[in-house]
Amino acid sequence: MSTAAVEPAPRAVTLDSNRDPVNDFSVVVATVNGSGSQTANNTLVRALFKMGIPVNAKNLFPSNISGLPTWYTIRISKDGYVARREGTELLVAFNPATAAADLQSLPRGGVCVYPEDAKFERSRDDVTYYALPVKSLIANLGVDKKLVDRVANMVYVGALAELLGIEREVIREALSYNLSGKQKAVDLNYNVVVAAAEFVRENLPKQDPYRVERMDKTDGLIMIDGNTAGALGALVGGLTVMAWYPITPATSLADGVNEYAPKLRHDPQTEEPTYAVVQAEDEIAAIGMVLGAGWMGARAMTSTSGPGISLMTEFVSFGYYAEVPGVIWDVMRMGPSTGLPTRVSQGDVLKAYYLGHGDVRNICLLPGTVKECFEFGQTAFDLAERFQQPVLVLSDLDLGMNAWMSEPFQYPDKPLDRGKVLNAEQLKAMEGWGRYKDIDGDGISYRTLPGNEHPAAAFFTRGSGHNASAGYSERPDDWVSNMARLARKHETARQYVPKPVVDRREGAKIGIIAFGTADPAIVEARDRLSTLAGIETSYMRLRALPLGDEVTQFIAEHDRVYVVELNTDGQMHQLLRLHAPEHAMQLRSIAYSDGLPLTARYVTEQIYEMEQK
Amino acid sequence: MAAAAKPGGAPAPKMTTNRAGLTKPDYRGLPSTLCAGCGHDSIASQIIQSAFEMSLKPHQVIKLSGIGCSSKSPAYFLSRSHGINVVHGRMPSVATGAMLANRTMKAIGVSGDGDTGSIGIGQYKHFVRRNVPMVYIIENNGVYGLTKGQFSATADLGQKLKYAGTNELMPIDLCLEALVAECGFVARSFAGDAKQVRELLKAAMAFNGTAVLDIISPCVTFNNNPDSTKSYTYGKEHEEVLQDISFVQAYEEVEIEQEPGTVQEVKLHDGPRILLKKLDRSHDPTDKLAAMRLLAEAREKQEFITGLIYINESRPTLVDLEGLPDTPLAALQDDKIRSTPEQFASVMAEFQ
Ligand SMILES: Cc1ncc(C[n+]2csc(CCOP(=O)(O)OP(=O)(O)O)c2C)c(N)n1
Ligand code: SF4
Ligand SMILES: [Mg+2]
Repeated sequence: MSTAAVEPAPRAVTLDSNRDPVNDFSVVVATVNGSGSQTANNTLVRALFKMGIPVNAKNLFPSNISGLPTWYTIRISKDGYVARREGTELLVAFNPATAAADLQSLPRGGVCVYPEDAKFERSRDDVTYYALPVKSLIANLGVDKKLVDRVANMVYVGALAELLGIEREVIREALSYNLSGKQKAVDLNYNVVVAAAEFVRENLPKQDPYRVERMDKTDGLIMIDGNTAGALGALVGGLTVMAWYPITPATSLADGVNEYAPKLRHDPQTEEPTYAVVQAEDEIAAIGMVLGAGWMGARAMTSTSGPGISLMTEFVSFGYYAEVPGVIWDVMRMGPSTGLPTRVSQGDVLKAYYLGHGDVRNICLLPGTVKECFEFGQTAFDLAERFQQPVLVLSDLDLGMNAWMSEPFQYPDKPLDRGKVLNAEQLKAMEGWGRYKDIDGDGISYRTLPGNEHPAAAFFTRGSGHNASAGYSERPDDWVSNMARLARKHETARQYVPKPVVDRREGAKIGIIAFGTADPAIVEARDRLSTLAGIETSYMRLRALPLGDEVTQFIAEHDRVYVVELNTDGQMHQLLRLHAPEHAMQLRSIAYSDGLPLTARYVTEQIYEMEQK
Repeated sequence: MAAAAKPGGAPAPKMTTNRAGLTKPDYRGLPSTLCAGCGHDSIASQIIQSAFEMSLKPHQVIKLSGIGCSSKSPAYFLSRSHGINVVHGRMPSVATGAMLANRTMKAIGVSGDGDTGSIGIGQYKHFVRRNVPMVYIIENNGVYGLTKGQFSATADLGQKLKYAGTNELMPIDLCLEALVAECGFVARSFAGDAKQVRELLKAAMAFNGTAVLDIISPCVTFNNNPDSTKSYTYGKEHEEVLQDISFVQAYEEVEIEQEPGTVQEVKLHDGPRILLKKLDRSHDPTDKLAAMRLLAEAREKQEFITGLIYINESRPTLVDLEGLPDTPLAALQDDKIRSTPEQFASVMAEFQ
């Protein structure tokens, strides 16, 4: 694929595993954006998944509605690796504009499937070609003219099914799943699949070694994208007011709420909704609505990406100082508004943690799997209400918009943590209450909600200076003591937020710290470093900010710790150096961001090379 | 108002209790820190009086504001109500979230002409468009008070300020903007006309939907030169009152001893009435096009008209449109806001 042009040149030491042509290769489907290839691609992935074979797919798409090239990569891995791979063995060259370049990036022995009338030079003689008569196959089936374009992509589904050995019955079920059981559409598409498969069987003898075989490695698993998972988590986690403004890659989180709220959150007795969703006029209004609802005592949330996060800055500061809960999902993408808006990055770490003016440190959650997106759906609210402040969840485009295999999600067994809220009776029983008084010594004060009928319950919430009883104050000592309490609260949060996931290996002198969707590449890289270079590593996957003592401990235990992240400035590396300055020299940054998900090869090579120095 | 009986018109005698069992001091706020004579303070005292006369339960009222001298004033009324002083120009979004979270609250929003007419004009218009129930008070002094005397977007053409020179742009008319955004309650008043402010406030409190009150509220420090259209002197001399307004509670009996056709009566959703006694001008506030024409003409001629400009309670509020249950979302028990395990299991099965 031509995206290879921006990848680092292959190195002398590739440290790539030898691949088995059975259940261990990748397919890239190159199409034109907007050509309706989504159903075809989803069908292939679901069929492989239902054959029990671990699979992961990533849509690398342009910022465009139609016309620009898009690459859909499907990784089939019997070992269950789900990171992006550089290099794909099979190419479905359905975009004439990129076909020539896509062809160049195939490895020796690769496979190219293309429409027979596609005009591009078949320049490689070390590649197997399969030409598909797309037009005539569809014409023979007498497909309605209006539907021709839509079903044309089913031709490559049928061809791959035959070439790779994907069971036709499973394809039919996958079609039915993706087309929500609409029988006419299923039949139409399936007929094209069968016609293409039959054509290949009769006319194109198999000349390449790649194929799939049924396994049982996906039994009981689900496939879901992180944004939908986050939406479900929020819906079972008590979300009641959602305000949002459309932005890729965060839109599908709000879509998920809109789709599943009617199924999950209509009162079974009264059938009334127990939530409200508002499409705001911009992100400032979205976060304003969230904080208004949070102030009133509701669990409120918004979803956005970098540009929206910038717009929310002033309100986040306000929420932090006035101590109003709210949840913000930042599904991270590249750069500013016109950066690479449809490409993945972990570039908002520093901004999110310090988002605001004045001294602000926000609680941030760092989901690394779709399951964590689901769990953090509730955790974010629990933390926001416990600590009475905006909480950011830093997901990313790869996690949020691509479908991942996962254990099914369990209905949460932990009750909602509504934090320190006093009703009228509790207020009566408490002596000397003040809205911003630190009664328990943990920096967290008690709040009352509007509607509390106790005559002393009301207070005036403001971002400006206030004393312990919420009175307006410009006194230096009030300011200082309030900041000291907020610092105490942050220390309490350190102990409270989700702990990192740690995997220590016997005798490992080297550590790796990462978070979010760097994870799959690191899991695979560690195996490669171990088996191919004899380098053992321990691994800590961070799941939240602020960082805790266990992070310092982990760094202290290792001679060198590589901090791997998808940004250019090494943002988490910077935070870690601040967190454990006494160990700063042990920390090494591997920060790389080019818009594509991280690969195991990159991580392996980087660590290998840096270890040689 | 000799002819019509005086329902809530006269100030209540001292220390009487209202239907909520409260006295007027129960509606007071902290002492004001605004300049002595600031129009905003007279509005605050009318809010106190109106809330008392309306027998509002303080714990069922929320006060919201943006940033400005005007936006400080929620601290100076209804201390027993929760208040929130948010960021500049963004009070409408916070009020939207708050009202979705608790539909049973009575919201009083206070803003300035800078807060609403400049930085907040977008949120203002979207708020009105969504018809979020709130009394939206704009304390309009044609100037930025808190930042010491810059022009605001409502400054009249030719207005002179010591610090900022002469304004050469046409003002934004916040009533007209509200009308264009389909606001169902649009009124203009003058802080120097206490009775009209009070009657309009009570009507706005009884109204179901966004009720915009654009109250000219002189800034005695930066914009009170008699030649300023936002000064006390100018207001007193030029105010053209559209109607003599009195608000009548649902429980009040009022006889209208009046020649037929001289008093227009507007009924609100659950019983209260607004009585509009005609004065020199004839204006039907239920006629939207007439209201637009009235504002457009006044704008051209730089006339200072006050009174109820438009009223129409028929548009559904955002709360209605969301189909929310009677119990406020914020008050739903935890088991109501997390779906049942059965509902969840059936959704999970979709992903298998
Ligand atoms: C984002 C932001 N920009 C600027 C300011 C500074 N500021 C404070 S009040 C104000 C103008 C207020 O004018 P208005 O709403 O007319 O209120 P008034 O003081 O006249 O009552 C400005 C610009 C601010 N607080 N926040
Ligand atoms: S500066 Fe003007 S607006 Fe501000 S308090 Fe003084 S008089 Fe009122
Ligand atoms: Mg002003």
